Amino acid sequence: MNSLGKISKPRAMRDSFLESVYKEMLQDPNVFFVTADFGSPILDKIRFECPSRFVNVGIAEQNLINVSAGLALEGFKVFSYAIAPFITMRCFEQIRVNLALMSEVRAMNVNLVGVGAGYSYVVSGPTHQCYEDLTLMRALPNMQVYSISDEVMASKMPAQALLNKGLKYFRLDAQVLPILAEGKEDVFNDGFFVKRSGGDICLIATGYMVHTALQAAELLSKVGITVSVIDIFNLTTFNEVKLAQFLSNYLGLVSMEEAFPGRGGLDSMLHSFLLRNDISLKILCIGVEGGYRFEIGSREDLHEFVGIGVNAVVNKVSNLSLKLKK
Amino acid sequence: MNGTLKMENNNTHDLIKQLSQKADWVWRETLKIHKRSPETRVASSLSPIEIFVVLYYGGFLNQNPKDPKWEGRDRCIISKGHGSLCMYPILADLGFFPFSELEHICEQGSFLGGIPDPIIPGYETVNGSLGHGLGVASGVALALKRRNRSEKVFVLVGDGELHEGSNWEAIMFACQHGLDNLTLLIDNNQISMLGPTDEIVSHRNLIEKFRAFGWATFSVENGHSVEQVYRALSDASNLNVSKPKVIEFNTKKGNKVPGLENAALSHVTAINSALIDQLLGGGE
Repeated sequence: MNSLGKISKPRAMRDSFLESVYKEMLQDPNVFFVTADFGSPILDKIRFECPSRFVNVGIAEQNLINVSAGLALEGFKVFSYAIAPFITMRCFEQIRVNLALMSEVRAMNVNLVGVGAGYSYVVSGPTHQCYEDLTLMRALPNMQVYSISDEVMASKMPAQALLNKGLKYFRLDAQVLPILAEGKEDVFNDGFFVKRSGGDICLIATGYMVHTALQAAELLSKVGITVSVIDIFNLTTFNEVKLAQFLSNYLGLVSMEEAFPGRGGLDSMLHSFLLRNDISLKILCIGVEGGYRFEIGSREDLHEFVGIGVNAVVNKVSNLSLKLKK
Repeated sequence: MNGTLKMENNNTHDLIKQLSQKADWVWRETLKIHKRSPETRVASSLSPIEIFVVLYYGGFLNQNPKDPKWEGRDRCIISKGHGSLCMYPILADLGFFPFSELEHICEQGSFLGGIPDPIIPGYETVNGSLGHGLGVASGVALALKRRNRSEKVFVLVGDGELHEGSNWEAIMFACQHGLDNLTLLIDNNQISMLGPTDEIVSHRNLIEKFRAFGWATFSVENGHSVEQVYRALSDASNLNVSKPKVIEFNTKKGNKVPGLENAALSHVTAINSALIDQLLGGGE
């Protein structure tokens, strides 16, 4: 079921995100869309039906950000769209200077939309895969970072993005993933959803890894290990009180991300959250091991190579469970 | 107060004379600031003085000093922010902030730093990191055009700054979208931090490059001649084409300061107080 209550075939996050942007653009003449020569069938509707508020800067991400900044300074609410590693890394200093620094002085509403989280461009290799963006975007103190786990959640983001001024980064998966969210939930309230409860261990995952966590939880339950699963999608601001309260029932916490562990992503965020709230838990950080890799394979295979596949997660969590029982 | 900042004079000959006097005054004030705050980059701030004076006092810019973010203002983005110390006395003189603030540049609590920021009334964007202004200005110019607004956008860059590739992304973009409300002013002082730009990575014929990129081009042989600067800005302003415009001003880094003028390492050189006193006629 989607948010309209209709049975629908899952589609790519970018398509549901862009469909919502398109609807907003039809209603709001102050929304502008800028792309760095990156498309989508839905984007064609924006190109052809709102041509005065659409621009393609070409393969030029530095200019994507600079032009977006200029449009935002003139009062447009801007969506800037490109492949995830390029929109976050090719133009990081443009983001820092013309968005992050600038928005401290002038009101701006700029929404960076990066497609291709983690390994989602499976066969394109490490140039197109993206494991560092969460760290980089989280380093900017006035950037809100959203790591989206399904197309329903993606579809809800644009309306909220337009209501809330400031800078936002939306990390979208490039693959079509199963729908997880019920659609009725207000995704901006807490910054996370509890997808599964019970047991001594809580898996806190983001983006694609929520799907892995749910599959691992199912397999673990078959061998008598019950775990909880949380989908955390706001990696900068979430309801700390509610999460702290939830975690008070657990002995172990497992962070799961398609990012290098201990480098400023989800695990770092959870570490500082636990410290701030004086919560003592056994922590296991699951992230991409072994640095950059060039192997070709399915996403599932690649995930197993780097220690974040379903089997790897089941093994690691089983070991944690044993340690906790000792 | 909204409107042109032009000096009151309908006779061009007299106006140019007034502008020259103003440029001399700004040069002196810039040296005084450097004497008080030696950490400021003076050499690159002496090269664009006449460009700013003609732009701000010559009738080319509509702004309101009492309402610096007035919607109807022409936007002036100073991309080579580090080399725009001379804008401090200009903005104070025009009433963007009290003149007394110039006494406190680089001091704790002052909003006037060694590199200007947009917390300063009259500054539009974050400056200091080079190669950003033209792209942002292109976005501003595109926004104004798409809203059918008539305000103009000026950007000042240095020639060394044009080594940044982001400029060339913007140069292609501005032409593609016919941003005729955008005018790029190049302070071509021909010296970067470690020496002559030509010896580092030569632009060769800069203005021909812009022509090849589809811009309307203007060149000023002596960027310290108020008359030549005035004529070029007038010509650019009067030209009605669907293209962005660029004016290259050949200037001298450290202009009129012995030992600093056109010196290869002038970017990081401070002038001693005694020399400044001597240049200002003693004791100022």
